[in-house]
Amino acid sequence: MNALAPVLASVSGTDFIQNLVSGLALGSKYALIALGFVVVFRATGVINFANGAFVLVGAYMTYQFFQTWEINFYLSILLAMAFGFLLGVVLEALVLRRLVGEAPFTVIMVTIGLLFVMDNVVTAVWGATNLDLGDPWTGNVVEVGGVRMSHRDLWAMAFTATVLAAFLAFFRFSSMGLAMRATAADPEAALAQGISARAVYRVAWGIAGLVAALAGLTFATGNANIQPTLGLIALAAFPAMILGGMDSPLGAVIGGIIIGLVQQMTELYAFEYLEWAGRNPQTVAPYVVMIIILLVRPYGLFGTPEVRRV
Amino acid sequence: MAALPLRSVPAGGRPSRQLVLDYRDDLRIFPDRWARFGLVVLAFLYIWLPTQEVSDAGLRTLSTIAIVAIGAIGLNLLTGYTGQVSLGHAFFVGVGSYSAAYLGAAQEWPFLLYMPAAILLGVFLGAVIGPFALRLRGHYLVIVTLGLVFLGMHVFRNWTSVTGGNRGTQIRGADMSIGPLDFSGLELFGSTFTREQSMFFLVWALLALAALLAKNLVRSRMGRAMQAVRDRDLSAEIIGVDLARTKVGAFAISSGFAACAGVLSGLQIRFASPDDFDLFLSIEYVAIVIIGGAGTIFGAILGAFFVIGVEEFISHYSRSEWLGPVVRTGPGDSGFFSVGELNAVLFGGFIVVFLLFEPRGLAALWLRAKAWFLTWPFSY
Repeated sequence: MNALAPVLASVSGTDFIQNLVSGLALGSKYALIALGFVVVFRATGVINFANGAFVLVGAYMTYQFFQTWEINFYLSILLAMAFGFLLGVVLEALVLRRLVGEAPFTVIMVTIGLLFVMDNVVTAVWGATNLDLGDPWTGNVVEVGGVRMSHRDLWAMAFTATVLAAFLAFFRFSSMGLAMRATAADPEAALAQGISARAVYRVAWGIAGLVAALAGLTFATGNANIQPTLGLIALAAFPAMILGGMDSPLGAVIGGIIIGLVQQMTELYAFEYLEWAGRNPQTVAPYVVMIIILLVRPYGLFGTPEVRRV
Repeated sequence: MAALPLRSVPAGGRPSRQLVLDYRDDLRIFPDRWARFGLVVLAFLYIWLPTQEVSDAGLRTLSTIAIVAIGAIGLNLLTGYTGQVSLGHAFFVGVGSYSAAYLGAAQEWPFLLYMPAAILLGVFLGAVIGPFALRLRGHYLVIVTLGLVFLGMHVFRNWTSVTGGNRGTQIRGADMSIGPLDFSGLELFGSTFTREQSMFFLVWALLALAALLAKNLVRSRMGRAMQAVRDRDLSAEIIGVDLARTKVGAFAISSGFAACAGVLSGLQIRFASPDDFDLFLSIEYVAIVIIGGAGTIFGAILGAFFVIGVEEFISHYSRSEWLGPVVRTGPGDSGFFSVGELNAVLFGGFIVVFLLFEPRGLAALWLRAKAWFLTWPFSY
């Protein structure tokens, strides 16, 4: 910590804590996206690039329900989540269903293809300019001990905590959660026990769409924050997921928070100490952290090392 | 090699043109007279196309196809032959383009110096990043190379003394001569050619060279090792393939091809800016490999024809009666997609459709048609 001391001293204490809180909030948003990745990976073993597009669709659908069709804000969120669930289920039924048992390469490429199709359809439908969600949270701030926390950030953190708790409970206690774990561990043995792999995959994709829509909402709040680049911003949740080790919900949340904190702190210290790193180093900081961590721990911080049998 | 029962051609000529007597027959690049005939046709087209009817704009498109095909051959060596998925191809193409800008245009190195330098730089960077391919299997590699694209764009944006930053950099006046032949305006046999014509000669010759190189690589020891790694890396390791060397080697070679394509596209467009080398470019290359046919060299060329052809088609017909309502060309136009969006949607869609219905791509269609005719009248 001694090496960091002069760095920390240059920024005042409240400033630092303020940024810590902002980083935490940003991190919980990434965590929410990463949770969507994790649920698909856990059940199907697929890295779902299309999740980035689910996030985008979620943000724009909330806008559509709330602003265009003037439905109650909280109801709009629920409707957008329901839409996300449907989107996930439909894509699974139309496309991913046909790829069960294919090489990971094929499935990854298909989800990348879907990402590009959906991202650009969204841009075509809603236009390339930023849209304003006009949510009731923006502008409202709570002050605790000199640290200002916006309602948006508090809601984002609350959502993440709730989803994480729901995930843990779901995998631990529900029969569907158990079926998912069984299918992930050994699809054939699970089938022999009477578990429907189709139902498991369908539900996993549905949940991914639902959680991604919620994540999209958390990024959409604020002034004119709905933009087509959200789909690419969502890709920064990949490092979060990798840090956490791909198959652990808790790991995804911790990974997300690390990425959020790193990004916020890079932004804070960029002017003073990271001049050599160019402008906006925080945009690439997640990837740098990811590469460093992977060099030290190839299976992430909380991932299960892959055992290969001959 | 086990002796085959038939070691020599029986009296009265070969029983069939396709009869393979020897392993060497199997490996021939130009196995029969049809292939050699095809080669003559290609050589004829190479001379005839640029000197006759085709306009400069048409030649530019054809040159773009050749340039993209060189890069796609590189990615195909990595993805199609070694089975490693990379989304980082755009980064290495960018390295090539900026090498042309800095070494070629700004430092005024001769073509025969900055081209190899750019390729070596690509190979070097590939070899540095390659070890990730080793340590990280399958899934992780995709995401690390995804990070590479973003890191690359960041470097291109911020290393302003070399790359010109966000505004990009002009690539003008870069030397393009090989010996007495200056490809920025060829003068040969008393006639002068335009820049487009000269460029066509240069890039298609280089594509032929690249294809020959790749074709020879995949039938060498290294190439067989790559395919063994693709089919099952564990088994490959057990029969004595050095996984580390093969994967890193494949990554480095593919990066070299990408850098070469980058130099040529820089010379063609005469401009490079960070946004040219984004994720979309990587996806475009992946789409070319998948559409053309992973694991075949001529598939990469077919894919380049298809993808660049579609792009040209859209931009050419974007104002026509039947494509006009779909495509928006200006701010006041009511079309649904912009040209770029339509391209992205189509390529994403093509990737999905081809992987679902024809995973071996256009090349498989061609091979199937060929097999049908070769086995006639017993085709099935």
